[in-house]
Amino acid sequence: MTIITDPPKGSFRLSMLLNDTRYRSLTLQAIAAILLALAIFYLANNVVTNLQRLGLNIDFSFLGAPAGYDINQRLIEYTSQSTNLKAAFVGILNTLLVAFLACIMATIFGVFAGVLRLSNNWLVSKLMSIYVEIFRNIPVLIWILIIYGIMTVVMPAPRAFRGEDAEAAMFLGISAFTNRGVYIPGPEFSRIFGEMGILSAGIGWLVAIAILICSFFGGRTVTRRATRIQEATGVRPATLVTNLAIWFLPLIAFFIITGLAFEIPELKGFNFKGGIKIGAPLIAIWFALSIYTGAFIAENVRAGIQAVSKGQTEAASALGIRPNRIMSLVVLPQALRVIIPPLISQYLNITKNSSLAILVGYADVTATLGGITLNQTGRAIECIVLLMLFYLIISLIISAVANLYNNSTKLKER
Amino acid sequence: MSDTSANAVAFVRTESVPASAPPVNAAGPVKWLKDNLFDGVGNSILTVLAFVAIFLILSNTMPWVINGIWDAPTLAACREILDGTTGACFAVLSERWNQLLFGFKYPTEMYWRPALAFAMLFVAFAPVLFFDLPRKLLIFTGLYPFIAFWLIWGGPIVNPILALVGLIVGYMVFVRLEKTSFAMAMGAGVVSAAVIWSLSKVIGSDSAIFSIGYLETVPSRDLGGFMLNMMLGVTCVSLSLPLGIALALGRQSSMPLIKYVCVIFIEFIRGVPLITLLFVASVMLGYFFPPGSGVDLFIRVVIMITLFSAAYIAEVVRGGLAALPKGQYEAADSLGLDYAQATRLIILPQALKISIPGIVNIAVGLFKDTTLVSVISMFDMVGMIRGPILASTDWNGVYWELFSFAALLFFVVCYGISQYSQWLERRLATDH
Repeated sequence: MTIITDPPKGSFRLSMLLNDTRYRSLTLQAIAAILLALAIFYLANNVVTNLQRLGLNIDFSFLGAPAGYDINQRLIEYTSQSTNLKAAFVGILNTLLVAFLACIMATIFGVFAGVLRLSNNWLVSKLMSIYVEIFRNIPVLIWILIIYGIMTVVMPAPRAFRGEDAEAAMFLGISAFTNRGVYIPGPEFSRIFGEMGILSAGIGWLVAIAILICSFFGGRTVTRRATRIQEATGVRPATLVTNLAIWFLPLIAFFIITGLAFEIPELKGFNFKGGIKIGAPLIAIWFALSIYTGAFIAENVRAGIQAVSKGQTEAASALGIRPNRIMSLVVLPQALRVIIPPLISQYLNITKNSSLAILVGYADVTATLGGITLNQTGRAIECIVLLMLFYLIISLIISAVANLYNNSTKLKER
Repeated sequence: MSDTSANAVAFVRTESVPASAPPVNAAGPVKWLKDNLFDGVGNSILTVLAFVAIFLILSNTMPWVINGIWDAPTLAACREILDGTTGACFAVLSERWNQLLFGFKYPTEMYWRPALAFAMLFVAFAPVLFFDLPRKLLIFTGLYPFIAFWLIWGGPIVNPILALVGLIVGYMVFVRLEKTSFAMAMGAGVVSAAVIWSLSKVIGSDSAIFSIGYLETVPSRDLGGFMLNMMLGVTCVSLSLPLGIALALGRQSSMPLIKYVCVIFIEFIRGVPLITLLFVASVMLGYFFPPGSGVDLFIRVVIMITLFSAAYIAEVVRGGLAALPKGQYEAADSLGLDYAQATRLIILPQALKISIPGIVNIAVGLFKDTTLVSVISMFDMVGMIRGPILASTDWNGVYWELFSFAALLFFVVCYGISQYSQWLERRLATDH
C-alpha cells in the first residue's frame, strides 16, 4: 500500500528561501547582488576619495588639446600640432596595420611549417618541430628584442652605402636594408590622378582595390556557371583562362592607363629618400609576431590535417574523384573546420600582442594613447579606459566573426 | 599418370633455403636514407635545402659560441682577448650572473635566502607533480608559501606563522561544520581565520615576540632578475587556479546574475592585452585602494596577472566541464548529492583531468608573459638586460649573449613544463 502524496502546494513560508531548491537560488543571487553592489561602491568610493585628495578629476577634454609630439611611422597626415585624439587615431591605424601584416605573414609561416611537419622527409619534419618548439617556448618579448637587435645592430647604417667602394650595396639595386629600416620602391601613378593632385595615390589605390573586388565577384560568377553546367551536363568547362583574365586584365589595364611607375629610394644626404620606408621597429614587431605566432598556427594546421581520417581520402578515391579535387572537396573543408577557429583566436592574440610594439618604439595605440599622451597629460584613468575600450571592441568584432564562421560550418545534426 | 609422378620427380628439397640477405639498398641505413630523405625528386630537393639551412645556421653560430670568452671584466677587455676573431663575450654572464638572477638591488650577502627558497620550491612541487611520492610531503607543500615569504622578504617569523595558524584554524572550523552546511562552514572558516590574522594588530609591533626569527627585511622593489619571473609565475598560477575554477563554475551556473557577472569579467579580461592590465597595475590600481594604504607595485602586479590568467584558466576549465557527459551530472543528482558535493566529488575531478593540457598551456604562456613587467619598469630578467646591464659602460653593446641566455633559460623551463604535461596526460589516461 503506497500513498502518493501531492507535492506541498501554496503556502509560501519564509524558511523556503533557505531550504527549498526552487527558491534558494533567489536568496543566493540576492546575497551576491548585495555583495557585488557593496564591492563596487567600496571601490568607486575609494577612487573618488583618492582623486579628490590628489585634486584630480575625470575629464576627457585633453583629447582635443595639441599632442605636442611627433610620430615617425604614420599612415595619415599628422603633425605635433595635431590633437591627442588624432595621435590616438594614428596609433590605432598603426596597430591595425601591424596586426594585419603579421596575421598574413604568420598564416604563411604556420601553414608552411604545419604542412612540412607532416612531411615524410625525416629531416624536414624534425627541423619544423624544432622551429615550433623553440619559438613556442621563448617569450615573444625576447623575440621582438632579438629581431629588433638584428635590424639595428647588424644592418649597415645609411652612410655605408655612400661612395665608390661602399661597404654595403642595395639589394638588386632597388631596395636598401639599413639600420633605420628597409627602403623599397614605392609605386606611384604618374598620370591622371597625379595631375589632379588631390590624394592622388590614395584614390588610385582605392580604385585598384575596387577593381579587385569586382574581379572577385566576376570570378565567382564564372565558377558558379561552370558548376551549373557540370550539374546539368556532367562536363565541367575549363575556367582557368577566363578566371586569370578576369583577375589580371582589368588591373593591368588600370595600371597602364594611370601610368604606374616605381620610385626607387636614393641616398640623399644622411638618409635614403623616396620610395616606401618600413621602419626598423615595424619590421621587428611584424616579423617577431609572425614567426612566434606562426609556430602556434603550425600546430593548429597539423592538428587540423591529422583530424581528417584517412578513410575520407580513401572513400573519395574509391568514388573516382581526382586527387586535387579530393583535396579541395573532401579533405580541406573538413580540416578547415578544425583549423579556422583556433586560427582566428591566434589572430586575436596577434592583435593583442602587437601592444608590445611600445617596447621597440613603434607608435601603435598603446605607445601613443597609453604611453606618451598618458605621460604628458597625466590622465591615467581616461587613457587606460579608452585603450582598453579599443582592444575590447577589436576582440569583440573578431569573436563575432569567429562565431559567424563556426555557426556556418557547424555539422548539421538532425 | 598419377602413379608415375613419384618417380618423375628427380629431386625433392627436404629443408628450406636460408633467406638470403636483402639487397644493400633495401635494408639498413641505406634504406632508411632512401625512405626518409631521398624518396623522390621533390623530397631530395627538400633534404638538400634543409642541409644547406642547417649548415648556414651552424657555420654562422658555432664559431661564435665555441670561441666564447667566459672570463673578462668588461666588453673592451673581452674584445681585446678575442683580438678580432669571431667569438661571444659570455663573460658578461659570469660577471653579471647574480644580477641576472636576483636583480641589482637585492642585498648581496642575502642571496642565499632566495636561493634556498628556490631549492625548496622543487621539494614543495614534487608531491604535487608526481603522485608516487609519499603523500606526507604535501605538508611541506602547504608550509612552503609561508617559508618562502619569510625567506625572500624577511621580517619576523611571527607574521607568516600567524597567517598559517589562521589558515589552519579556518580549515579546522570548516571541516567541523562541513557536515551541516557547506556554505555555513565556508563562512565560519573565513571568519575564524580573519580573527587569528587580526591578532598581530592586537599584539602590537614593538612586542618582544617580533624579534624571534627576525630576518632583515627586503622591500619588494628590490626584487628582480629571473627570481622575479619565477615568483610572479609561481604565485600567479597558484592563485589563479582556484579563482579560474570558481569563475568557470560561475559561468556554468543556472543563476543568471552570477553567470553574467562571470561572463562579463572573463570576456573583458580576455579582450584586452596583458600590457594594458599592467598599466592599470602601475598607474591606476592604486586609486582603488583606501587612501594611504600604499599597496606596493609587486602586489598590484600579482593581482592583475592573477585576474588575467584566471580568466583564461576559467575558459579552459569550462571546456572540461562542457566535455563531461551529461550523465555524470545526472548520476550525481540521482545519488542525492547536493551541488557542493557533486561538484567536488564527481564533476571537478573529471573536468580538471580533461583540462590539464589546457591549464599547462596557460601556465607556460603566463610564465612567458611575466617578462612583460619590464615594460612598467620592474627589473625582471629582460628588464635587467635592457636596463642596468646593457646601459652600463662595461657591457654596452653585448646584445646577443644576454638575449640568448634569457631565451635559453625560458626555453628550458617552458619546454620542461610541457614535457611534464605530456607525461601526465599519458599517466592519467584511463581509456585503452
